[in-house]
Amino acid sequence: MQRKGSALSGMSTIAWKEAADHFSSARFHFVMLLVLLTAFGGVYGAIGEIKNTIGQDPFLFLRLLTTSKQPVPSFVAFLGFMLPLVSIALAFDGINGEYGRRTMSRILSQPIYRDALLFGKFVGGMIVLTISLLTLWLLVTGLGILTLGLPPSGEEIARGLCFLVACLAYAGVWLALSLFLSTVFRQAATSALAALALWLVFSIFWGMIAHALTAALAPIDPTDPMTLVNAVEWQTGLARLSPNTLFSETASALLNPQTRSLGLVFINQLEGAIPGAPLPFSQSALLVWPQLSGMVAAMLLIFTAAYVTFQRQEVRA
Amino acid sequence: MSDIVIEARGLTKRYGGTIAVDGLDLNIEAGEVFGLLGPNGSGKTTTILMLLGLTEPSSGTVSVLGHNPLREPLMVKREVGYLPDAIGFYDQLTARENLRYTAKLSGIPAAEREKRIGEALQRVRLAHVADRRVKTFSRGMRQRLGLAELVAKGSRIAILDEPTSGLDPQSTQELLELIASFAGEGMTVLLSSHLLAMVQSVCDRVALFRDGKAGLIGTVPEIAGKVLGGVYVIDVEAEGADAKSAVSGIEGVRGVTPRKGGGIQIDADRDLRGEVAAAIVAAGGRLKGLSMSQSSLDDVYVRYFRTQEMADAA
Repeated sequence: MQRKGSALSGMSTIAWKEAADHFSSARFHFVMLLVLLTAFGGVYGAIGEIKNTIGQDPFLFLRLLTTSKQPVPSFVAFLGFMLPLVSIALAFDGINGEYGRRTMSRILSQPIYRDALLFGKFVGGMIVLTISLLTLWLLVTGLGILTLGLPPSGEEIARGLCFLVACLAYAGVWLALSLFLSTVFRQAATSALAALALWLVFSIFWGMIAHALTAALAPIDPTDPMTLVNAVEWQTGLARLSPNTLFSETASALLNPQTRSLGLVFINQLEGAIPGAPLPFSQSALLVWPQLSGMVAAMLLIFTAAYVTFQRQEVRA
Repeated sequence: MSDIVIEARGLTKRYGGTIAVDGLDLNIEAGEVFGLLGPNGSGKTTTILMLLGLTEPSSGTVSVLGHNPLREPLMVKREVGYLPDAIGFYDQLTARENLRYTAKLSGIPAAEREKRIGEALQRVRLAHVADRRVKTFSRGMRQRLGLAELVAKGSRIAILDEPTSGLDPQSTQELLELIASFAGEGMTVLLSSHLLAMVQSVCDRVALFRDGKAGLIGTVPEIAGKVLGGVYVIDVEAEGADAKSAVSGIEGVRGVTPRKGGGIQIDADRDLRGEVAAAIVAAGGRLKGLSMSQSSLDDVYVRYFRTQEMADAA
């Protein structure tokens, strides 16, 4: 049956209202404060390290993001860990919160489709993430200019912007996931816990799980070197099911121009290559293309699941 | 015959094996106040959600102002305002901001928006707290804010689900006066309730719901006539004569029942006080008291559901 009228009417109203709500909510302030503190910790540690090796590296600005000084992890590692938390804080009560406040039926009785509500919630979250990440990126760049006394090169800016897009795709996966959980569970506390559990699994335990699964699925036979290759491929394949793996691979390829491959490299493939020579930006972009599309695809897939669940839901609690 | 604004034919909703609404037929005319009356769980809210297109009927058709709520939900929702049971607002926003949000969603042009919101708040007497957060509002104020939303939207039909549940008598009275004034301005009002006195005071017609069926539909006197057998109830106190036999011969008397404390109660088709007094005096009795009350919906309700239960048990 064909519906009349646009599914998107009212969406921008909802998106901007959601964004405004997030920016004024104590929860979001708290999470962003945490992100800012850790980000500055990471960058500050990196500055100390870089000062020792200044003049040996054409990509100083990128080092700012990727260098770590024990025991503080790098800025990129922090983002990989903290961004899901920001997304979860933005969306874990997106849909079930409307039921909890009893505003759902009132909003849906306005001349909008349900689609607009869900799209609006997602877009509102993405607006907040975009503004926050852009601010963070500019702050870090500014800090770099102040402390290193050098402006970033054009290529560094291009790589940095590309990295920003990757951050958004990664945060979008988690935003869609927590929005999905908020449609599935009627209690905000349940969806928050479920989202946090998945966050822990993917950011801490997934590597171990992938390792254990590989041992079971592709056992290594010491007499046959191909089984070793096979096992490594299984392990990277499994690890890439986690958006965190995809994100860290993307970050390392974009921010370390020396990265030539994100998988196995055989000696014969390195023939004629100059070790340690950086790749041009276009080649690095090509390298992360699958990772980036993987994250976008995961985001769309999870959002579709949320959409289907939400459309089938009864409005009355 | 006036225009039919809401029409339902054979409306049915099943949740799994249970039937929430069972073959409902409903015609609601423009400008009337229509009450859906029934105990909790009798299918009133489900019916309302189907009229709004928020729930898909299992079978049957609905037409609201000539639009199908499933096919053209935006057209229907633009004209219909809904005040849900236990209404919620965004607590951290002010009354005005809450209305502004829904006004934007309902596509009211920006030029008109603020003026209409101001007028609506004035109308429900919330103008003095317009810029306070809804967090601080009492239940009665929230319900009135809900009505302000309908006014700001300019709804032609208002659907109110249990608008007075949980309110104190004064707030209830205020709310009912507001609802009655909306109806006076040509808004069609559909309200559901299990509070009978309230329905009786504002509704032109009511439908009695039971187990998802509208058992009886009509004006309050019509329904009372059908269920109780009489529209008017006359209480008589008399001495010195057999009042029961004296009045039972009068034309228009449907039934006579003795009361506790000596009097009798007469169910009648019309106002028979004069005839009753004359009959008792003619029989040699002394009339000590004579009063008439229109049968209240409470009587109808209790009687109707009791007879239904007895019919079910038999």
